[in-house]
Amino acid sequence: MKINVEKNAAAFIHMDDVHQPTHDKNLWNARMKRDRMAASIPEWEQMRDLASQIKEHALTHLDQYVKQFVTAATKRGTVVHFAKTAEDHNRIIYEILKSHNATKIVKSKSMLQEECEMAPYLESRGIELIETDLGERIQQLSGEMPSHIVMPAIHKTTDDVAELFARTIGTDPNNKDPQELTEAMRNNARPKFLEAHAGLTGANFAVAETGAFVVCTNEGNADLTAAIPPLHIASIGIEKILPKTEDLGLFIRLLSRSALGTPATQYTSHFMGPREKGAELHIVLTDNGRSERLGKAEFWYSLKCIRCGACMNTCPVYRRSSGIAYGATYSGPIGIIIDPTFDDKKYSELPFHSSLCGSCTEVCPVHINIAEQITLWRQHMVRIKESKPCLHYAFNVAGKLFGSPKWFRRAEKLGYYGLKLAPDWLVYNKTLNAWGKNRQMPAIQKETFRDWYIKNRVK
Amino acid sequence: MSDLHQLLGNIRKHLPKEKIAYPQVPTFTKIKDKAVLKQQFIDALALVGGVCHDLSDIAECQQIMRDKLGGAAVICSATAEWEGNKTIADVAHPRDLDDVDLGIIRAEFGVAEMGMVWLTENSLKINSLGFLSQHLAVLLDPDTITENMHTAYRQIDFNASEYGCFVMGPSATADIGATLVRGAQGPRSLTLFFLKTPVPDQ
Amino acid sequence: MRVGLFIPCYIDAIYPKVGIATLELLEKLGVEVIVPLDQTCCGQPMGNEGDQKNAAAAEALFCKNFEGFDYIVGPAGSCVKHVRQHFDAIPQTTQVQQIRKNTFELVEFLTDVLQVSEFPWTSFNHSVAIHNSCSAIRGLRIQSRSEWQEPKFNKTEELLHKVSGITVKHLDRPDECCGFGGTFCVTDEAVSVKMGQDKVADYERQEVAYVVSPDMSCLMHQQGIAERDKSPLKFVHIAQVLNNGPY
Repeated sequence: MKINVEKNAAAFIHMDDVHQPTHDKNLWNARMKRDRMAASIPEWEQMRDLASQIKEHALTHLDQYVKQFVTAATKRGTVVHFAKTAEDHNRIIYEILKSHNATKIVKSKSMLQEECEMAPYLESRGIELIETDLGERIQQLSGEMPSHIVMPAIHKTTDDVAELFARTIGTDPNNKDPQELTEAMRNNARPKFLEAHAGLTGANFAVAETGAFVVCTNEGNADLTAAIPPLHIASIGIEKILPKTEDLGLFIRLLSRSALGTPATQYTSHFMGPREKGAELHIVLTDNGRSERLGKAEFWYSLKCIRCGACMNTCPVYRRSSGIAYGATYSGPIGIIIDPTFDDKKYSELPFHSSLCGSCTEVCPVHINIAEQITLWRQHMVRIKESKPCLHYAFNVAGKLFGSPKWFRRAEKLGYYGLKLAPDWLVYNKTLNAWGKNRQMPAIQKETFRDWYIKNRVK
Repeated sequence: MSDLHQLLGNIRKHLPKEKIAYPQVPTFTKIKDKAVLKQQFIDALALVGGVCHDLSDIAECQQIMRDKLGGAAVICSATAEWEGNKTIADVAHPRDLDDVDLGIIRAEFGVAEMGMVWLTENSLKINSLGFLSQHLAVLLDPDTITENMHTAYRQIDFNASEYGCFVMGPSATADIGATLVRGAQGPRSLTLFFLKTPVPDQ
Repeated sequence: MRVGLFIPCYIDAIYPKVGIATLELLEKLGVEVIVPLDQTCCGQPMGNEGDQKNAAAAEALFCKNFEGFDYIVGPAGSCVKHVRQHFDAIPQTTQVQQIRKNTFELVEFLTDVLQVSEFPWTSFNHSVAIHNSCSAIRGLRIQSRSEWQEPKFNKTEELLHKVSGITVKHLDRPDECCGFGGTFCVTDEAVSVKMGQDKVADYERQEVAYVVSPDMSCLMHQQGIAERDKSPLKFVHIAQVLNNGPY
């Protein structure tokens, strides 16, 4: 089903006077904190240039780095699996779990596992799965996708969470203190970590040179997930691979400063091999359309993304819409340019949900030309006839009108008399006129600039 | 069955023609003075909710933690210098550290830029100690503080451990109402003691 | 210096005074200004929406109209940005490339080409807020970008400081998009209006009487919202302030 992002965004705005303004304020604060962090580092712009270049280098030599990564990881005793599709990814994980009789699992945040819709796949096969990132757990309990890449439940107010926790984990519905609600979830999750048969994580970066991968969290939940059960499975997209360990210096310095405006995440965890004798480490190296995207001359740059969410925080449209409105794993500007690679019919309206202000491109720590790609995706939608029909017809008329000075002048006059004669009920009709619903109409002048010019300057 | 060969084939088929060169990345070092690095470390850790103490012996550290956490019943140390009341060598399973009120670790080195410390299974003994403990006390030799993430990554030997973590203060979250809460799933507090690495007995 | 004056379609029909102010201002500054009479639109609305086919005729006509000028100047950042940076629905001949390169937005033309140091014929005894459009900031760089660690500047503000009597006040979110966005303002009505309302609220917090902008298209949207909400805010183009009217 086609996602109607405009309608979903309108619903978020019109829901009440609290949700959208709070969402906007919290994300704008993250953007402001990011600016202060960037300003405190003299080499910030140089770091962005270098990070962009390293990502482009890694992606244009991806075959050799994938090979190197797999060789190095295997040498350390890690078992590497290969998934071409989301289905492969889910099946491989399920088979590993099954062969270990693992029915209770804890997981930390992984956008790739979200992308593959792994949770419902495993749950329908009898696996009990608990999200351990607080934001993801909130989303799991409310049956929603993450609304933001690094702040999954940012569209919810504290009151919403209080109500949700009261309903699902039995907290006092009148307790609306974030500290106490967090404490309640800590106590709820702790036994699940202790009992888990396996722990699942994603990865922020993987290093070809060592076969290591890096997971960044603030809660320490990925480390608990990996440190307690005897089996650790990590889902890693092929685009996460960096050539060298020292590259991490740049990316760790950029990631959390861009995302949340904090110097780094509280935990930057590196996994090189199985924890101890008897423990197992598995990696599911996943393609799911990435190699194909690499072949799209205009669109492969989106593979550089380090999933910081800075483009979402800065996006004025996203801040008014919430991530849920996009109806996809990835929302906001980066979502607009990634989601259609999976399904250009379902997500055909996403590229039009942008004012093209361009802030996303400017804020990106790895210089992805997001705004430009949004325009290119619009062109793609027009080519495959998935753009809005009303616009298509309007532009067919406008295209001819603007190509012909004579007809353009007639249309201008028609506009003047038309608007002048039209009664207000028609001009401000809320269904016929999207402009006039909440805005006064500008007045078309009887004497255009051209009329004036001919009268006053042309001899 | 999907395999490496097939994956590499798909990548090669779609690889962009234009190749981007690998850039030289400088270390961006600016500071020579160790005292300046130490101060930067203290300021950075304070920003993320950690507390530093500059002390001369272990008894002083222990006194500070007693004052701070009077009710800490179970103390488990992964260091030789600080003895707890739960012996880590006797712990059979990582989950058995769930009752630890105070975990004690000697960090392998620190990063001034972030107020981070580097921990591996060599310093943690059992990795879960760093995360199941309600509170952490971390010992750090101030002479091991390196300037930034670039210098930090250049000094780590990734063959020396299977796991390594940069820990920056206590566990935290802001997932409810964008309000910062310390003590999400991991430790609620991190107290750092600058204490020179003891010289091994002859 | 022969300058072709580019008056975008909506300025011609809705804001003729902005066209007049721009023409008179350039004339006062000693520029020979010619207005090609067959102008329509630069093709931006279609180009932005990805409709290259329907943008082509407008782009071709633009080039026909503006061939042979030293400069082409338009009082509209987003239209100029389209010409300079997108404008690729037609074959990129040397002539087309030349036209694109020589097309300037008014503020940058006054600042970078004419390097005007004073506007003695005008005064504006009001407190104002500035709205530079996203196209003008991130596309044409008439203002430094808040996302970058770069020297801070604002060419619009620098020009306004040369006008006697004026007080410039700064917004809480100086380069936040107002939500106009071309066809976005009707296809995404709820978000567009909310962004506009937030922008108007920012002006009101600064207690300014006027909003001055080099981009009338954004102001058309902002003014529509302000008027509907019975706000006393007034909206003018920078050409009107620099030329001393007509208002």
